[in-house]
Amino acid sequence: MNELTADVLVAGGGPAGAWAAVKAAEAGASVVLADKGYLGTSGATASAGTGVWYVEPEPAARETAMASREGLGGHLADREWMARVLDQTYANMNELAEVSKYPFPVDGDGRQIRRGLQGPEYMRRMRVRVRRAGVRVLDHSPVTELLADGSGAVAGAAGYHVREDRPFSVRAGAVVLATGGCAFLSKALGCDVNTGDGALFAAEAGAELSGMEFSNAYAIAPAFTSVTKTAFYSFATFYRSDGSVLEGAGSRRGRSVIARTLLSEPVLCRIDRATPEEQRAMRLAQANFFLPFDRQGIDPFTDLFPVTLLAEGTVRGTGGIRIAGADCSTTVPGLFAAGDAATRELICGGFTGGGSHNAAWAMSSGTWAGRGAARYAAGLGGRAAARPVRALGEAGVRPSGPAAGGHAEHVAAVQAEVLPYDKNLLRTGDRLAAALASLDGTWRELRGTLREDGAGVVRARSAAAMAAHARWMYNAALARTETRGMHKRLDLPEQDPAQRRRLVTGGLDEVWTRPEAGALAVAS
Amino acid sequence: MIEVVSADRCVQCDVCIKVCPTDVFDRGPDGLPAIARQGDCQTCFMCEAHCPTDALYVAPFSGPAPAGSPHTDEAALAGAFGEYRRIVGWGRGRTPGSRADRNHIFTERLRTAPRNP
Ligand SMILES: Cc1cc2nc3c(=O)[nH]c(=O)nc-3n(C[C@H](O)[C@H](O)[C@H](O)COP(=O)(O)OP(=O)(O)OC[C@H]3O[C@@H](n4cnc5c(N)ncnc54)[C@H](O)[C@@H]3O)c2cc1C
Ligand code: SF4
Ligand code: SF4
Repeated sequence: MNELTADVLVAGGGPAGAWAAVKAAEAGASVVLADKGYLGTSGATASAGTGVWYVEPEPAARETAMASREGLGGHLADREWMARVLDQTYANMNELAEVSKYPFPVDGDGRQIRRGLQGPEYMRRMRVRVRRAGVRVLDHSPVTELLADGSGAVAGAAGYHVREDRPFSVRAGAVVLATGGCAFLSKALGCDVNTGDGALFAAEAGAELSGMEFSNAYAIAPAFTSVTKTAFYSFATFYRSDGSVLEGAGSRRGRSVIARTLLSEPVLCRIDRATPEEQRAMRLAQANFFLPFDRQGIDPFTDLFPVTLLAEGTVRGTGGIRIAGADCSTTVPGLFAAGDAATRELICGGFTGGGSHNAAWAMSSGTWAGRGAARYAAGLGGRAAARPVRALGEAGVRPSGPAAGGHAEHVAAVQAEVLPYDKNLLRTGDRLAAALASLDGTWRELRGTLREDGAGVVRARSAAAMAAHARWMYNAALARTETRGMHKRLDLPEQDPAQRRRLVTGGLDEVWTRPEAGALAVAS
Repeated sequence: MIEVVSADRCVQCDVCIKVCPTDVFDRGPDGLPAIARQGDCQTCFMCEAHCPTDALYVAPFSGPAPAGSPHTDEAALAGAFGEYRRIVGWGRGRTPGSRADRNHIFTERLRTAPRNP
């Protein structure tokens, strides 16, 4: 066992975790960052190209930016949080230019255009910055459970060094969960590390989740490939195999038409509405978008190619750990959440779709969580490492009955309920209830038996996290008896003004959902 | 999925073993990275971008390429090695691809375009 101590432990090394680590260190904390993969390549941002919600601090522009998405998000966002994120994102993007020398493109007047970031370049530079800040980085070292002191305050975490094949623990004053969303191992670009681990850890510590019904993101990709880039498909036309146009299909609202059609027949696509200039721009935006085409000899602008929809769950959904304070604290002392692991409803309500808010949230919430955690740890004085602790992990590490392996079967059982379009995307009360019943069965079984030795603990815990995530999603989706944001109930297609409030979800063996009390008051 | 490690090009620097987010490679007895857990590959192309000698080829499919596929044949793929790293703009004397980024055009379009019904 490798035993470490730090003021702040950051779990996850995507943009949210990287910013959290930098800002905690700049605030004077000693920081350990542990990532399941590798800080710099791991997570949803590292392999993609992201638009960023970067708006000049001019009142009119800010007002337009905030107003533009309120309706889409079902009016669940909060103006104060939006304004804070716009300010913080503006500052962080400028830091990227000045401190990290991120090579932004320049416009005709030589001014940098700071509205997008290419994942590989961004995260490579964040790794450099994190290390320069003196953070101790543990790669290939997934966290597997939290540690708490006698009062229930979070006091560190345990994990596993996968490449060294040995466990580790970090005793810390505070922990930031920045483990990303949950895409259920769908093989969507960059997302297989995102199995919702942080939400499970948080729930075991007693934290709550919010917006879990906004968890049915699906992205368009060429069939049999991983490469998603939703934005480019707004230039596409979709066809049936006989060459007729698939009416109503599109990358935004029309995604459910694509899903419904894919249930019974292939859907073909051609990106035939992009001008030559736009085509060139696409090549320069997300560099790997064209690899699947070029490597198969397909010209996506002139040839028809089959498409699929890949589940991105809460990666491009908005549900996650509920935030209780401006410093991204949770309801559990010593526990902070950032990025996709946290709910993004505060700035985009029930819809994120075409990007840019997610990246802005990741860097802003990471900044606040890092500073908040450093402050909390400092407040403990020297006591942090002396506290007696207990490990909080249950499902997948401490089964209630005799242990058995079998994570793969549990993962398959969860995937069978969350990946199919006719269960998660095209939602009805009946189908959600049936899927939830099956998931509850999977949970009971794995709660009773699942444990795997050595590095197997990582896969077992990921399986448990996905099962928990799926149950929170469908419990919340059943509780929201209307259509709002990305949560579309085919059986309840109208928005119900009485349900304009967020839903809080929690629990492990017994899952519950209730309306959030009074929180929208600050928004009006 | 990752399909080819070119023994001719590889300089055994272990970078791919280190950077792969899903821990697909092990160092083989010959010092070359071995594709030890192909099923865990998430087809993210990050190893290709980071390999300093353009020795890796990630086929564009999320499942393994069938036996005999041209996507497993190093000779047939010669032109594809290093392609992604070149576009990302990494390696001596290259300009980062992000300088030419036009992603903001699409963010803008998504913001303003009328939505499909
Ligand atoms: C293809 C694609 C395109 C996108 N485009 C845009 C866009 O244009 N604009 C936009 O705003 N957003 C976009 N997004 C969303 C954006 O990428 C995410 O919101 C962002 O990556 C969130 O950052 P994060 O740090 O919270 O999570 P991630 O980047 O997913 O990082 C999570 C990290 O946590 C680690 N981790 C997971 N479990 C554990 C564990 N148990 N212990 C330790 N570490 C763990 C992972 O290895 C990973 O490094 C896109 C997403 C995808 C998939
Ligand atoms: S990164 Fe390239 S050169 Fe280095 S070990 Fe891997 S394949 Fe070989
Ligand atoms: S494509 Fe990604 S997941 Fe696959 S081997 Fe390369 S770095 Fe690893």
